[in-house]
Amino acid sequence: MRMDRRHHILVCTFFIWVLLLTGCATEHRFVKKVAFKDKNKVVMTFAGPVDETWAKDVANYSVYEKQDPDILLKITDIALSPDKRTVTLTFEDALNQDQAHILTVTEMMSAGRSQGTAILTVKKLYFGYLFSILIGAMIINNFVFTKYLGLCVFFGTSQKKTTAVGMGITFTIVIVFASMMSWFLYQFVLKPYHLDFLQVVVFIGLVSLSVQAVDTILRKVNPALFKAFGVYLVLVIANCIIIAVPLILADNEYNAWESLMLSLGAGTGFLIALFLMSSVREKLELANVPPTFRGLPIAFVVAGLFALAFLGFSGMSIF
Amino acid sequence: MAPTTKTNKELFVNGILNENPIFRLALSMCPAVGISTSVMNGLLLGIAVLFVQVFSSCTIALIKDYIHPRIRIPTYTLTIATWVTVIDLVLAAYVPVAYKAMGIFVKLIVAFAIITMRLEMFACKNTVTASFWDGLGMGLGFMFAMMTLGFVRELLGMGTLLGYDILGFRPLLFFALPAAGFFLVGLMMAMFNYIEVVYNRRKKGL
Repeated sequence: MRMDRRHHILVCTFFIWVLLLTGCATEHRFVKKVAFKDKNKVVMTFAGPVDETWAKDVANYSVYEKQDPDILLKITDIALSPDKRTVTLTFEDALNQDQAHILTVTEMMSAGRSQGTAILTVKKLYFGYLFSILIGAMIINNFVFTKYLGLCVFFGTSQKKTTAVGMGITFTIVIVFASMMSWFLYQFVLKPYHLDFLQVVVFIGLVSLSVQAVDTILRKVNPALFKAFGVYLVLVIANCIIIAVPLILADNEYNAWESLMLSLGAGTGFLIALFLMSSVREKLELANVPPTFRGLPIAFVVAGLFALAFLGFSGMSIF
Repeated sequence: MAPTTKTNKELFVNGILNENPIFRLALSMCPAVGISTSVMNGLLLGIAVLFVQVFSSCTIALIKDYIHPRIRIPTYTLTIATWVTVIDLVLAAYVPVAYKAMGIFVKLIVAFAIITMRLEMFACKNTVTASFWDGLGMGLGFMFAMMTLGFVRELLGMGTLLGYDILGFRPLLFFALPAAGFFLVGLMMAMFNYIEVVYNRRKKGL
């Protein structure tokens, strides 16, 4: 028992370290940190003091957005801190901080000696970025209420709270599983061999496969859980979110962590939507609804109200 | 179920009226809510679905004797996915602007319940000709429903039809909002229910 717990803690710390490492690594030994500041500034921190003449020369820096390397951003001012370890670059225009920027620093001079050229990537704090993807998929761009996907299953399984929660949990597990597999397949097989046009065929096949796999594994490993959630597994394939997420991942070229966050957000977002809807529909059973509106029509009107409420989240950005 | 005894004409009309995919069977709701903001969108997605439905129905009707019953669902899915890829590439090549407006929905035709359902219920038991007419009826029914929704939303929301200015003002901008799709589909369904109730009452009275 005790060994088990220690094992768990070890695995957890390992994962946290991996996350942290992906978060703030710079690509040069002499540069300790690069980060955005305010709207139009980039701050670099060096390991040692740099020469003022070198630091103040605009020709030593070139900055562009990762997406379009042809457009160099114009630097208007360079400030050096009194201890000569921190350089602040001020740009003419506000920087689009959602994009990663590439900063090339040529021949860094420190105490009369060159420290070589560094090519640095400037991006927002990675944790914050991942978190914003998660919350974005979950609430701000909720797949059901703002993207209008997965409606068939949504209306089919939101009559009772227990069903709704069961479906939501099953769906979250399957979508994370399926989209990670399809991300891997897309990045390492379809893209290198220029088979992008097979996206639809491959993804739908993969989704059916992973549903079948979850079915088989769950049946053997945890029969009680299978009894509770097995019925929903068939419905998962009929949900268009499960095929939409891999397509979005492929379109936006997300990396592994971002893909994980997006699929997790999509799954939990669906769970939230189902739970909200089922809470209302349980009350609706007791209400006096006109006969022609009973059942689906009134459910659609309720969903419309939810969608209006979720519209209030649009345009919100975290970090 | 034995092969159908209906004539081709009955099959054709069945899909448009009695078993309209959106208003009667309540299948494929996502596009009905998501992109029915204009008549043009409805028409294009309708054409895409019509194409996929007819071709998949015919393909399955052709090869139905060679499909083992246990792998029939994966076979349907892959057949649909193939035809969706075809129409996706064609639309992207010939109408790039409208294709962009429809976004991910063209690729999502692969997950539309209506197509798989028609293959399972009809095409795998009937001849190619019957399946053709059934698919055509269902596809046109879908197109009809999408265009009706698009008509109401475009006219009331933007005051235009097919991009031409008709009213000169915007009566209810609310309908151009995506959320209005839910309300409109709900209202349409209620209307169809009401018509059915009235129709049955009349029949009983006579």
